Amino acid sequence: MSTTEFKFLRDLPSRHLLGTGTPMCGGCGGLETLHQIYDLIGAKSVIVNAAGCMTLLAVYPFTPFRGSWLYTAMASAPAGAQGVRDALDILKKKGEISPDEDLEVLVLTGDGSAYGMGLSATSAAMDRDLDFLYLCYDNEGYGNTGQQYSAATPHGARTATSKGSHGYPGYKKDLFAIWTAHKPSYVATVVGAEPLDLARKVEKARSLQGPRLIISLAPCPTGWDYEPAETVAIGKLAVQTGIWPLREYVDGKVVHTKIPHPRLPVEEYLVRQGRFHHLFTPEKNEKLLAEIQARVDRYWQEAESEP
Amino acid sequence: MTRQMLTGNGAAAWGARLAEVDYLPAFPITPQTEIIETIANWIDQGEMDCRMVTMESEHSMITAAGAAAATGVRVFTATSSQGLLYASEMIYTVAGWRVPLVLVNVSRGLSSPITLEPDHNDVLAMRDCGFLQFHCSTCQEVLDHMLLAYRLSEHEKLRLPVIVNLDGFYLSFTREPVEIPSQAMVDRFLPPFDAENIRFRAGEPLSEGVAVLGGPTYSYFRYEAHLASLQALAVYDDLAREFQIIFGRKYRLIEEYRSANAEIVFVMMGSFATKAKEAVDQLRAAGEKVGLVRPRLFRPLPVEALYRALAGKKGVAVVDQNLSMGKGGVLHTELASALYGRPDAPPVLASFIGGLGGRDIAPEEFYEMVAVVRQSIIKGELPPPRLLYTEKELREVRKLQTMARTMHRGRGAKS
Ligand SMILES: Cc1ncc(C[n+]2csc(CCOP(=O)(O)OP(=O)(O)O)c2C)c(N)n1
Ligand code: SF4
Ligand SMILES: [Mg+2]
Repeated sequence: MSTTEFKFLRDLPSRHLLGTGTPMCGGCGGLETLHQIYDLIGAKSVIVNAAGCMTLLAVYPFTPFRGSWLYTAMASAPAGAQGVRDALDILKKKGEISPDEDLEVLVLTGDGSAYGMGLSATSAAMDRDLDFLYLCYDNEGYGNTGQQYSAATPHGARTATSKGSHGYPGYKKDLFAIWTAHKPSYVATVVGAEPLDLARKVEKARSLQGPRLIISLAPCPTGWDYEPAETVAIGKLAVQTGIWPLREYVDGKVVHTKIPHPRLPVEEYLVRQGRFHHLFTPEKNEKLLAEIQARVDRYWQEAESEP
Repeated sequence: MTRQMLTGNGAAAWGARLAEVDYLPAFPITPQTEIIETIANWIDQGEMDCRMVTMESEHSMITAAGAAAATGVRVFTATSSQGLLYASEMIYTVAGWRVPLVLVNVSRGLSSPITLEPDHNDVLAMRDCGFLQFHCSTCQEVLDHMLLAYRLSEHEKLRLPVIVNLDGFYLSFTREPVEIPSQAMVDRFLPPFDAENIRFRAGEPLSEGVAVLGGPTYSYFRYEAHLASLQALAVYDDLAREFQIIFGRKYRLIEEYRSANAEIVFVMMGSFATKAKEAVDQLRAAGEKVGLVRPRLFRPLPVEALYRALAGKKGVAVVDQNLSMGKGGVLHTELASALYGRPDAPPVLASFIGGLGGRDIAPEEFYEMVAVVRQSIIKGELPPPRLLYTEKELREVRKLQTMARTMHRGRGAKS
């Protein structure tokens, strides 16, 4: 990270490439991340999208993108990236396009696709060492269909399909570990509320070849039930409470890029979101809160005891 | 030009090779696999310059195929049966992208029960998606229609993907003499793919597959694709004439075999039509005025050509190698709508279901179908739809059922 262009916030791009006036909700954390990444990647790109909220960015005849866009389906965006990448390589080899006309291929999907339906296509793209960048904006549920729980939903969260007093009974799947098990070139977690960390990771990813995958925690006012203005604060709290560890995987090693010190209690993150309301009212669910805290503590204990 | 004994799969592979396809996303499935193995070998031996990528599913395979075609290279891919249905979401999707590519489907019955043997339910399940559909009956026709399919698919009026269908086993694994044209001849007929400005390039941003809001916009694009697909009828006619000049083989939208002065006509698709031809010859020798009409193109359906070929006939026996549950034969239904209310439409349009899951159709059954149609012409009433099935076959299945029951009971007793 010593050679980064992004030492201070003022080093971040000041010109924004993604058009405004999209149909995303106000305060959308997914869009916040996409803005930042698009500024860095630029218009010489094709975004291959899977079904989700971001699919509605390009609604005929409008698009906020200055580059290209291909909507595929919920399960197979990485396969779409394979087709585009291979075709561009074929055309380059035949001399039908100059290296200058080449495009960067960015897969853009939600967690529902990344953690579930599209996992097989993503795994296979890594097997094939596909040269692409994958951005998963993780709003921890099937947002576009009304925030039902997905494999990315955290334990205890209320969603449209887990409205009972205990919320979602399952546990958030460890996609980072699944991805790194494939030994791709690069994996990272980011959040829009930490733009410098995000920019450095995108910079690092772009300096490499092969499969490079990024999961962005995407606070979602509509699905998580909080005021749109809180998106940045909630994103920061996710990091400060240790719920969302910022880390990267390069050369077979996982490194934490920001270790929260002091680590705030998870309650501070949870209490600000309606989806965890039932943990605090009508009476505090001490047992469940302690359980969530313990899981985060255990994670950091292990992470900090590693060499 | 050389003449070789080729299987239907071999002919399809040769078609792709002669079309100089750039890209082949693949996935194995019986009875298609021989096609991708053949091409993989050619690539390994440096005989073919093509990038082949084995995907993890047919859903991904068709996604990659469509995405590569949208980026501007010539794409070939192949599947069968379960694979075609697994890919079906993307079959519809890439047709909507209006990208040219050719997909060979080697027909095989659908699960369940699972089988390896052929019928047309797989390819007919993709009837409404926007892919054009060729149904071939010989290995030569497979090779030739690969070339015709690329011309049609890439035609500026169409830009639609094409399925070239051949029957599993009966065609895929059957060797027939096939004339393999020289590359120079093929190059005269099929120039390199020119995507023009419809492809992804830096500096020329393009959005594909975008969402629409509202029925009118959706309806517009869907109907536009339908109208484009109908253009294939006239374009195919022109291309087939050009093909005939270069290669000397004559193809038309429908094949008419001894049907011009026939009273009773079989209508069927695919390789089993060659069995009908045999039967027609036998029946003709016995003095019966019968013939065969076989659509080569099923989507778009050559309605006018079919009407012209069938107008004035006394009876038609439609032999469907498929079954639309709760309705019957698909081709029968399609023909009925093509002929309804037209002057001189044949008064008897009889429906026969045969050849499901690879079941053969015997010569005697063709004779029997003619007898049934003849009877109903005389009586002036339509015969009920019929499954071609013999008493012997029924006895065999009854035997299997008895065995199944015995084994079931035997297991139950033990536990
Ligand atoms: C095959 C298929 N099944 C279901 C859907 C319906 N669908 C559209 S978007 C979506 C949710 C996707 O969730 P996620 O990937 O997390 O993206 P988000 O909506 O949260 O942005 C679903 C289930 C679909 N488009 N395709
Ligand atoms: S539902 Fe959530 S992720 Fe979807 S657009 Fe709204 S804020 Fe963004
Ligand atoms: Mg989601």
